[in-house]
Amino acid sequence: MKLTRKDFLRLSGLGLLAVAGKKAVRAITEAAPSATAPKKTKQWGMVIDLAKCRQEAGCTDCIKACNTAHNIPQIQDPAREIKWIWNQPFETVFPLLKTDFTKQAYTGHPITVLCNHCANPPCVRVCPTQATWKREDDGIVMMDWHRCIGCRYCMAACPYGSRSFNWQDPRPAIASFNPDFPTRTKGVVEKCNFCEERLARGKRPACVEACPEKTMIFGDLLDPDSEPRQLLRTRFALQREPELGTSPSVYYLV
Amino acid sequence: MFMFEKAIEGGRRYWVWILCLMGIILAGFLCYLRQLTYGLGITGLSRDVTWGLYIAQFTFFVGVAASAVMVVLPYYLHDYKQFGRITILGEFLAVGAVTMCMLFIFVDMGQPTRVLNVMRYPTPWSLMFWDMVSLSGYLVLNALISLVMLSSERQGVSPPKWIRPIIILSIPWAVSIHTVTAFLYSGLPGRTFWMSAVLAPRFLASAFAAGPALLILLCLVLRKVAGFDAGREAIHQLGIIVTYAMVVNVFLVGMEFFTAFYSRIPEHLEHFRYVFLGLDGNYHLAPWMWLSALLALAALALLLVPGWRNNPRLLPVACVFVFVSLWLDKGLGLIVGGFTPSPFGVVTTYTPTWPEATIALGVWGIGALIITVLYKIALSVREAH
Repeated sequence: MKLTRKDFLRLSGLGLLAVAGKKAVRAITEAAPSATAPKKTKQWGMVIDLAKCRQEAGCTDCIKACNTAHNIPQIQDPAREIKWIWNQPFETVFPLLKTDFTKQAYTGHPITVLCNHCANPPCVRVCPTQATWKREDDGIVMMDWHRCIGCRYCMAACPYGSRSFNWQDPRPAIASFNPDFPTRTKGVVEKCNFCEERLARGKRPACVEACPEKTMIFGDLLDPDSEPRQLLRTRFALQREPELGTSPSVYYLV
Repeated sequence: MFMFEKAIEGGRRYWVWILCLMGIILAGFLCYLRQLTYGLGITGLSRDVTWGLYIAQFTFFVGVAASAVMVVLPYYLHDYKQFGRITILGEFLAVGAVTMCMLFIFVDMGQPTRVLNVMRYPTPWSLMFWDMVSLSGYLVLNALISLVMLSSERQGVSPPKWIRPIIILSIPWAVSIHTVTAFLYSGLPGRTFWMSAVLAPRFLASAFAAGPALLILLCLVLRKVAGFDAGREAIHQLGIIVTYAMVVNVFLVGMEFFTAFYSRIPEHLEHFRYVFLGLDGNYHLAPWMWLSALLALAALALLLVPGWRNNPRLLPVACVFVFVSLWLDKGLGLIVGGFTPSPFGVVTTYTPTWPEATIALGVWGIGALIITVLYKIALSVREAH
């Protein structure tokens, strides 16, 4: 039987559709990037001991250390500011814990907040280019400033307000320039990266090292003998908005 | 092949209109150049309210684009011949509206030159990826359908058989573009104002009210400027569609109110409070939302009484009320309300700046230009017969 050109084209088209279909089905059913990746060895996490934190005395050492290490622009306008780690009043961080009768115990107690590097991060789920992703081997929620298209979907998705956007060129507003860390361009989103560049050199995150009271205990949450895990076994700890299912890696000891 | 030669033959009024649109588009383009140089900081957006006028317009016009299905479905699926003269207008409206949507997304991006990264790194678990796929697909579908149907009409032949399954495909695709857009919002765990199962149905209902309302207005304009008669029955039927859709939309909005206010859960309530009553001394948005509500009720009154709905002087008023009410609700109220108060309970007001509004107006101008040109082509082809 002679194969006509029409038949040949028809068969090739069907073949291509079948291959494309299989690829599409595989891409959709492998819902997360980690579907075929090796098992996670680490989940970096942090326990912040609020009882020790000296913020009532106006201490901002952790914030200053982060700003310097990461070339974070100092923008005064709160609508445009970039912040990776900062203080918030207790009742804004844990609004469900605030009642008329318990207010006195915590009023005036500023809480240090930062990206929670969630185990189940909504920001990673929504990014259309995978410019933000959860690193497989250590659980850090990373940012690729070269791939980010600045759509700000991740900012809408983050329930914690952890992310900032560069509404203009940030470089003129950088107070002291650290040549060991890249500066960013306008039009991209940024957030705390758990100092992955320092972790790669065996150091602790800048905020953890800078704290005079050692209130921030950093370690591997998957290692049962790590400092954070030991603390979590002995003291009552809070996560921010656990009911959302994000599974934050930052805990607060009250 | 695209019959564009039909678009460059026109009277004085036509060219004055085109020139006005070009002027508006130029103004928007110049402001956009400024935005490219300076950054999105020229808008009124903030760290708390990260989406505003641009994304609100995108959300609204996806609905208008989807509404083409309200003329396509009765005509092609159920042989409702009375829509014969206006299906092409509905499809061309969809082409213009989808283009506006894609442009609004583009102007909202911080790094627009990287937009193709969404195609280079396909991300099937991100709704924004699917939004790009569905919008592009819908644009191609509608452009193809309207082109083929119009060419056939111009040549006086019946359209090719293969166009029919493509037309049928455009029906669920229309529903999908707006459902995907609703999914952008309704799956975010931190935004309780949007976290609602009825958000997608609400989007569709408001789309099927606003889109046909705009189509009615466009038909009436075409009657005045081009002597085009859509047919009394077609306008009458579109009016009924707008009525039912508006009733469903207002009902669903009422449902949202009930669950928030009866449950009294603060997280849900505070967004509604901000949007309608203001919070912490901030009543920025409230007057606009009350206007939207009043216009909706007035529109319903005009539409539900058959004598008023079929009155040729009152129907356009009702359509304008529907369109403006839904534009305020879906545009302003929904987006800003979702972000306010912020996760820390802070109210940051959002007001579009002049450059931002001009860019949005420029995109409106492009949409209007596309629709003008396409309608001119369609009507010229009709006249030739």
